[in-house]
Amino acid sequence: MISLAGRDILHSWGKFVFTGIGLGLLIGVTLTMAGVYRGMVDDAKVLLDNSGADLWVVQQDTLGPYAEPSSLYDDVYRTILAMPGVSRAANVTYLTMQIRQGDSDVRAMVVGVVPGGPGEPGQPGYLIDGRQITRGHYEAVADIATGFKLGQRILIRRNHYTVVGLTHRMVSSGGDPMVFIPLKDAQEAQFLKDNDAIVQQRRRTAVNPAFNRPGTPGLLDAVIASQSVNPYINAVLVQVKPGFQPEAVAEPIRRWKRLQVYTRIQMEEILIGKLIATAAKQIGMFLVILAIVSAAIVAFIIYTLTLGKIREIAVLKLIGTRNRTIAGMILQQALGLGAIGFVVGKIAATFWAPIFPKYVLLEPGDAVRGFITVMVICVLASVLAIRTALKVDPAEAIGG
Amino acid sequence: MVDELKKGIRIKGLRKRYGKGDTAVDALKGVDMQVTPGEVVGLIGPSGSGKSTLLKCLGAVIEPTAGHMTLGEEVIYDNTWMMPDLRALRRDKIGFVFQAPYLIPFLDVTDNVALLPMLAGRSNSESRKRALELLEALDVAHRAKAMPSQLSGGEQQRVSIARALVNRPPVILADEPTAPLDSERALAVIRILNQMAHQYETAIIVVTHDEKIIPTFKRIYHIRDGKTQEEAGEGRAFE
Repeated sequence: MISLAGRDILHSWGKFVFTGIGLGLLIGVTLTMAGVYRGMVDDAKVLLDNSGADLWVVQQDTLGPYAEPSSLYDDVYRTILAMPGVSRAANVTYLTMQIRQGDSDVRAMVVGVVPGGPGEPGQPGYLIDGRQITRGHYEAVADIATGFKLGQRILIRRNHYTVVGLTHRMVSSGGDPMVFIPLKDAQEAQFLKDNDAIVQQRRRTAVNPAFNRPGTPGLLDAVIASQSVNPYINAVLVQVKPGFQPEAVAEPIRRWKRLQVYTRIQMEEILIGKLIATAAKQIGMFLVILAIVSAAIVAFIIYTLTLGKIREIAVLKLIGTRNRTIAGMILQQALGLGAIGFVVGKIAATFWAPIFPKYVLLEPGDAVRGFITVMVICVLASVLAIRTALKVDPAEAIGG
Repeated sequence: MVDELKKGIRIKGLRKRYGKGDTAVDALKGVDMQVTPGEVVGLIGPSGSGKSTLLKCLGAVIEPTAGHMTLGEEVIYDNTWMMPDLRALRRDKIGFVFQAPYLIPFLDVTDNVALLPMLAGRSNSESRKRALELLEALDVAHRAKAMPSQLSGGEQQRVSIARALVNRPPVILADEPTAPLDSERALAVIRILNQMAHQYETAIIVVTHDEKIIPTFKRIYHIRDGKTQEEAGEGRAFE
């Protein structure tokens, strides 16, 4: 038996191909939206993977350091190091900001880490060029997504830093590339006031009789000195010793140090379940709307194509073609259109995904699910056209 | 003669009423008709006389209200359809030639003709062989691979005749087959129908009000106010 749908598609291939391309671009957008969500999830996982930590110690009753602000004293890591099962512990700060680079600026997450070798918690795991931070000040390791070059000087707040190393796929949960700088510099950058504000603060302190007592020389200087340093960090990243379960190490820290400790699984839940949950719902809504729009477009196209063949369908019915053959023809055309659209959409998404500023992860599983969804949409969209075709009266082929 | 009468198509007391009650219209009021194999008869009448209704009833497209129809040796209608599958009836026992050829635009000439036997369950190769034989007989085999849009009007009509004949139906219903054609081509189509009727022993009913071709029929059914009246035609020889 001849494939009526196939012959019709071959006969008017231009119409099908161009319609398929139009539909494909829409499918491409849909696949990309799914890829954006996958990218966000992957960014969150990469953030956790790259931190090199088994436990995140943060301020009590907070979801820090990524989902909520968290503030700890920078000497707390020493007591954590003494806890059973703790192998390494390192302070870390996170600050998302604009970093000046010549006349332009780049949005990045500035990570303050204790200079050390690879494997230390918080350190960039691997470098694609240059070296790790070895000095205590004014050196930076940047993700290549920042666009910074090795040896380039960048401005963070009022200080210039030299890029000494480049890393890859070190991003925040929001997809911003990371710039690693020494911890002390990061602590200063977090709370660095401008000169006028510092003068104002010192003046206010000096006029405060509680700090400027005539009988207590040196008190004012001590207070001003304490105001000019930042002893806070956002989290302590902990690696546990081999053979220890992270939860077993976390529990004593929670109990005895009165701090919040998250394991890798808990942190993943916070990032994916809370931090990007709203964005995921937003994307989910877009996907639903795009699916409806795609279905409406396929339905309209197939319906229009069917209306254009009413006379042929009447003739086919008159000469004895079964309803299921006619329905099959329309269904196959809808599926053909969907297949063309999916191929175009997949190719388009593959080509334009790397151009997106944030990571777009196109997973094969999503492609398979997308293909099945497109086919289901095409089947549903062809129902109206099939109904119309089956209602065609074969008598329409006979004049009069 | 008795055997011949058993073949072809016989209609007795065929009625068709549209609507109900006060608004009911009797389109056919007891039509009698008989066409033997190999015969081409004309069915003529003014607009609104019931030609198309009769054609649709004969073509099993609409159901008559009452009457009796026999196709070949098979009673197909006896106050109700006697065959459960009217599509199969149309596909296997009735050929259609339309005013316009209405070829399927996305199938080439061969497949337009071969589609019917394929729909009837015949193999592709057998269906195409049958189609090519008929195209040969109708002198359009040289356009076998052409698409309908590449054919002239006369060629398209010949292909549609081939399509009507391909399942060897006992009857062909031709609805104004010469309407869009000039005199020469119209007469050529009628000549072909006569040849095919004779060659394939098919009864052909040609609905027409084309004055050019009416003199070619040996027998004519006039339809007026839903009733037929048989007349002898001129049966003028083709030039």
